[in-house]
Amino acid sequence: MYLYDQYDQAMVDARVEEFRDQARRRLEGKLSEDQFKPLRLMNGLYLQLHAYMLRVAIPYGTLNSRQMHALADIADKYDRGYGHFTTRQNIQYNWIKLEEAADLLADLAKDEMHAIQTSGNCIRNISSDHFAGAAADELVDPRPYAELLRQWSSFHPEFSYLPRKFKIAVIASDTDRAAMRLHDIGIQVVEQDGELGAAFYVGGGMGRTPMIAPCIKDFVPLDRLVTYSEAILRVYNRFGRRDNKYKARIKILVHEMGKDSFTQAVDEEFARMLDEGIEPPFAELERIRTFFEDPLFETGASEDIDRSDPDFALWVDRNTVAHKASGYVSAVISLKPVGGIPGDATSEQMRLMADLAKDYSFDELRVMHTQNIVLPHVRKADLHALWTALDEAGLGSPNLDTIEDIIACPGLDYCSLANARSIPVAQKISERFAANGKTEALGQLKLKISGCINACGHHHAGHIGILGVDKKGVENYQLLLGGSEAEDVSLAKITGPGFDEAGIVNAVETAADVYLREREDGERFLDTYRRIGMAPFKEALYG
Amino acid sequence: MDNMATENDRLIRYREDEAVDHAAVTVDSFLDQSSASAVRVEPGDDARELIPHLERLALVEVNFPAFGDGRGYSSARLLREAGYEGELRAVGDVLVDQVAYMRRCGFDAFDPDAPLDESDLEAALDRWPEVYQPAADSRTPIWTKRHA
Repeated sequence: MYLYDQYDQAMVDARVEEFRDQARRRLEGKLSEDQFKPLRLMNGLYLQLHAYMLRVAIPYGTLNSRQMHALADIADKYDRGYGHFTTRQNIQYNWIKLEEAADLLADLAKDEMHAIQTSGNCIRNISSDHFAGAAADELVDPRPYAELLRQWSSFHPEFSYLPRKFKIAVIASDTDRAAMRLHDIGIQVVEQDGELGAAFYVGGGMGRTPMIAPCIKDFVPLDRLVTYSEAILRVYNRFGRRDNKYKARIKILVHEMGKDSFTQAVDEEFARMLDEGIEPPFAELERIRTFFEDPLFETGASEDIDRSDPDFALWVDRNTVAHKASGYVSAVISLKPVGGIPGDATSEQMRLMADLAKDYSFDELRVMHTQNIVLPHVRKADLHALWTALDEAGLGSPNLDTIEDIIACPGLDYCSLANARSIPVAQKISERFAANGKTEALGQLKLKISGCINACGHHHAGHIGILGVDKKGVENYQLLLGGSEAEDVSLAKITGPGFDEAGIVNAVETAADVYLREREDGERFLDTYRRIGMAPFKEALYG
Repeated sequence: MDNMATENDRLIRYREDEAVDHAAVTVDSFLDQSSASAVRVEPGDDARELIPHLERLALVEVNFPAFGDGRGYSSARLLREAGYEGELRAVGDVLVDQVAYMRRCGFDAFDPDAPLDESDLEAALDRWPEVYQPAADSRTPIWTKRHA
């Protein structure tokens, strides 16, 4: 994985000192809260309902065991012994004191981590495929391109006061595991006539106006990747709407200009920029690639798995994914125990995951946008030992991509924007399906819960989505069906009137029962919904 | 005269030449008349309209009515890319925590609404030992230094 050199370290250290100075001036009253707010946000520091929340960047979701240990230590030293892994492959801490934030950032910097641009109206931490470098179906490892863009976008002098936040995802497989087309820029590394290049999708997003990004350029040569990105950002910075924060994302600009006019504006800007020397030397991309070379996989590693323990066999079937090296799999550690808080991990669990990564996965972990953790490179022969250790620590839930593998935002339990709680709904749904035993029969069913219209819980992209709203002072939950964040991307539709907390749990089970009744061989919930449409679900829910 | 003196107190310049001593006109009136040599660019203006006339400009003021509106950074940089070498002055809600990025985008003068603390300004401009990406200043990006 990528390691800092003296330059990267110097920049992160300088940022810590800058923030320490800014926090001091805020505490001394030399900076107003309005002036301080964008500065703290660009260092990941939000003011939430009860305390400051700090979001740590995990570039393209990749960590080593030393960094995971550091995250555990921070949870103990500055928070209440746990952290929350997020839908953008980051981690956030919920109980931070402003006076201690600079020390926390300094601790992060010691292990090559930071909270730079994890919030604010700037280019955010860049996300990627959580199986990068391991997936059997990828063209190349997408992370070198994400790292190059990380450097380009860090402390960018022109693009730090954009109309609104800006999120980029990079993938290199036709299977989309990063919700690429629901980002401001989605990049897919592709091959054309034996050359690698990048397809650019621009103007996707969730929030209150969900949109799927159209492809504006199907092939940008790799030695123009940064320049083309810069051209897009300049068009957005100059012409994105600033009169209304709800219409300020680039998706609105692309929509209002039209894809063709927007693309033309980008192409004109790109043509002007070509002589400006914006592109890094190609040697830099080659240098970065050396950090992402394959680990030394054992040749001839055994393909056999002893499936005599049924609990273990179920976990293998549910939570492991095909790997490009024979005898290996990627193993998913579920942070979705029945009745638990999706994405939360205690410091002890973090330390165990770190140690297991060191023992069984070439010292590497990944954070998934589904709020789970991956050990990307595990020998099949080691799976039983791994599972045993996970199971003893409450980390062995066999529920990847099932209805119990729920994405949920922090909701009204923490978030100052939320209208309704998300966590208790997620807990009750996972308890319901664990009790009624339908999880196995339902198979792949992605359920996503947001506590407000901002859609941090990706409800638009859920096979089943739940949106919490405020209805005259009472929490109310709308049900949505038919979304997908994957390569078959689609936006979910609302079924009808919302439900109270008990009612939404029943409604999810009702929708699941319609699927179990109507499905044909091999169909997932989403496939059945797409075939039969909304009507049978409405009939069962409201009929 | 008092107003003028106050303004000069706040004005910070990183240029050797004499400051232009007459007021800047709007982009629209600049494009209508040939005599002005100072223009003020508002966030919604298209700074590219000035490009055919750069040789008669000695001062471009870029106004920041609110510091969070970042359009002025692009206005500055595209003028420098087009070859403008005159004074580029950030005016308005210009705060010490934004001046380092402004310098990188080509601003070489600042006329902030509220005076900047001298030591805070010095610290801000000395903050970054390196830069990751090229901009309108002459600093060499890290990725170039790595392969020099």
